[in-house]
Amino acid sequence: MKIRIRFRKFGVMKFVGHLDMMRYFQKVMRRAEIDIAYSEGFSPHQIMSFAAPLGVGLTSDGEYLDIEVHSTPSSRQALQQMNDAMVEGVEVMSYRRLPDNAKTAMSIVAAADYRVSYQEACDCPFSFSELKEKLHVFYDEAEQIPVTKKTKKGEKTMDLKQLIYDLKAVEDEGRISYKMKVSTGSVDNVKPELVLEAFYAFLGLDLPDQRLQIHRMDVYGTALDGSVISLEEMGEDIA
Amino acid sequence: MNRLALSDDILMSVDKPARYIGNEWNMVKKDPAAADIRFAMCFPDVYEIGMSHLGIQILYDMFNKREDVYCERVYSPWPDLHAIMKERQIPLFALESQDPVKDFDFLGITLQYEMCYTNVLQILDLAQIPLMAQERGEEDPIVIGGGPCVYNPEPVADFFDLFYIGEGETSYDALFELYKQCRREGCSRAQFLRRSASVPGIYVPSLYDVSYQADGTIAAMTPKYEDVPATVTKQVQMDMSAAVYPEKPLVPFIKATQDRVVLEIQRGCIRGCRFCQAGMIYRPTREKDVEVLKHYACEMLKNTGHEEISLSSLSSSDYSKLEELVTYLIDNFRDKGVNISLPSLRIDAFSLDVMSKVQDIRKSSLTFAPEAGSQRLRDVINKGLTEEVILNGAGMAFEGGWNKVKLYFMLGLPTETEEDMRAIAELANEIAVRYYEIPKEARNGKCQITISTSFFVPKPFTPFQWARMYDKDSYLGRAKVVNDAVKEQLNRKSIKYNWHEADVTVLEGILARGDRRLSKALLKVYEKGGIFDAWTEFFDNSRWEEAFQECGIDTDFYTMRERSLDEVFPWDFIDAGVSRKFLEREWQRAREEQVTPNCRTMCQGCGAAVFQGGVCFEDKN
Repeated sequence: MKIRIRFRKFGVMKFVGHLDMMRYFQKVMRRAEIDIAYSEGFSPHQIMSFAAPLGVGLTSDGEYLDIEVHSTPSSRQALQQMNDAMVEGVEVMSYRRLPDNAKTAMSIVAAADYRVSYQEACDCPFSFSELKEKLHVFYDEAEQIPVTKKTKKGEKTMDLKQLIYDLKAVEDEGRISYKMKVSTGSVDNVKPELVLEAFYAFLGLDLPDQRLQIHRMDVYGTALDGSVISLEEMGEDIA
Repeated sequence: MNRLALSDDILMSVDKPARYIGNEWNMVKKDPAAADIRFAMCFPDVYEIGMSHLGIQILYDMFNKREDVYCERVYSPWPDLHAIMKERQIPLFALESQDPVKDFDFLGITLQYEMCYTNVLQILDLAQIPLMAQERGEEDPIVIGGGPCVYNPEPVADFFDLFYIGEGETSYDALFELYKQCRREGCSRAQFLRRSASVPGIYVPSLYDVSYQADGTIAAMTPKYEDVPATVTKQVQMDMSAAVYPEKPLVPFIKATQDRVVLEIQRGCIRGCRFCQAGMIYRPTREKDVEVLKHYACEMLKNTGHEEISLSSLSSSDYSKLEELVTYLIDNFRDKGVNISLPSLRIDAFSLDVMSKVQDIRKSSLTFAPEAGSQRLRDVINKGLTEEVILNGAGMAFEGGWNKVKLYFMLGLPTETEEDMRAIAELANEIAVRYYEIPKEARNGKCQITISTSFFVPKPFTPFQWARMYDKDSYLGRAKVVNDAVKEQLNRKSIKYNWHEADVTVLEGILARGDRRLSKALLKVYEKGGIFDAWTEFFDNSRWEEAFQECGIDTDFYTMRERSLDEVFPWDFIDAGVSRKFLEREWQRAREEQVTPNCRTMCQGCGAAVFQGGVCFEDKN
């Protein structure tokens, strides 16, 4: 039976990288006594896959992993068991059963929402209204936003305009942030840093990347009917 | 959520920031203000190495079981962070509370190998604690050293306030009680140190005078005061089954060297190999009750979520209930996806049967440690492994499907001749011959035999503590003899040979049997930028050569001399149970090529029976 797990990553855990998070969850499964399925062979491993790796330094409210289990308690019970086996800084938010024909989250990831905040208000080079104005010119009015991205094979040019689905500035209690929905996945993966780099290049400024906190809010996938929905919505709670 | 000692900027700019954040599963959280004693426990190497050390996990658990103690961990910041902390004057912090170590009551540093000594200075320096013990004031932590290197603590004696000689389980409670009492009474640092000299196993280096003879050897080491004992007795945890053991060990986020449950099945070794310090200082051999071990295995796997369990001991095959324990682990955990790893097993029918159940034969290799190539030299070192046993074991394994063999040897052993060196290659060839005796259709392709040699370093409290060493060129010459001999073998294509660098061997030799006069050279090496000397990529021999030269230290004095039987050693003040008479007898028998039976076959009266237990009293109850 296929299960999709959504979790939060916050606080000091943002310094634990993707591969270590995978190892961490393998141990959580054992501590929480989740009846997870193993592969065959001499060194069996848990059947588990993560939706989209999260870079070191980023926090998230929308991380996903899919597992296969032989049997399962209710969603509520499983959440309790897992969160009892969790360190501070990781919290499982949902544990849902997927249809048997569901594809892994990894293979269907299409987009992600991010919030990028300045550590301090003074890190933002503009007032909020100025920023909104500049962002409007950079994104809404542009027909194309060409960027070159370094890849393993060399450089790749892409048009960010097509790959940024939404981009706006928000102000919350004096704290200025960007909110964006960007293309994510194995084909056209856009990291929020890339969007900010392009915007700062457009402004003719250097990106103060150490002064930005990037937070992933949710990840979306292409459902069987072609619609793009939150990965969480593809599963159902187990009573 | 914990605040961190390092800013996000710093953490994002260093390699593996998770080394510095703490927060691991099973980390102990306490209110620091509510603890009478704050103890920073340090392994002076990088996090992944330090986190793998069993001794610290035991003491961490034991200390934190006391309500009045909060024990936290410290590891060596990697050179990238080291540079930042130096530049910005960030004080070294403990992982749990992220508080500066300089505000703690104790800083405990385990000394597991000599090449970490410069990292000890790094720790003190980054912690902003004076490097020299005599320069520390009332506000500085008490710096205490432990671990196997304290069986000769003298080269680092000037940097430590105290040393704990022996196994940590027994005397720390008394030391903590004394510390609290001294504080209630308003004692000074000096008064506490003086009084702690009376705690069993505690050595206070500042309370002794050392005088030297004209030839540079020690004339005498004498206590400065009457109430300071002339001899410090090593501490031994006699009832291993009742000893504290961490049922909830820490589980690191980043992959540590030991990413598994480690189950200590016994302490000590009955074999008596003459080069082996562990085999002498952990005497008498003491087993843990098998039922206790089964209980720990279950609890620790459940509490950590580890997917592997490893048995730890110096010689697992000598554990009397090994078969029962291994069968239990396989029956209970194998189908739950738990790997079982069994290091230090003798190769025989039983171990091959077990290994075939828990490993993939095609991928795993057999390990033999004959240590010397010829039977003559194996008799000298009292390694009771014969060529017949090796060839039989390898033969059985080959017939069972294995085709990879690893062989470990030492070069530079006492009495070694060129013939002994060549015998290493010849033994490897014999093993290959044994493999190719199997009909082609029944064997698994070619065999791969890997020979590794290290250079022998004589250690205190071994029968070889009197032995001389050699210089770098001589060591490399020995490796060349082996390499040339390998090339002459019929099966040379199946044999691969690796040898170690020789610079470090010479340094280890200087530090292992050195005295207090070396501390100034260690300081100089550190001042010249020496840290992480145990790491090939950071080790720079020229810093050491310069430091010794500038301090006027003739290193040959420490390495090239065979000691006379009446020489006073820097470590003579320690009573390790094993008597000097016994070691001397063994040194003599070594040179006569006489094998000495193991503890279970026939007691040799080594002196460890004074501890009133373990193998010395088996079958006598």
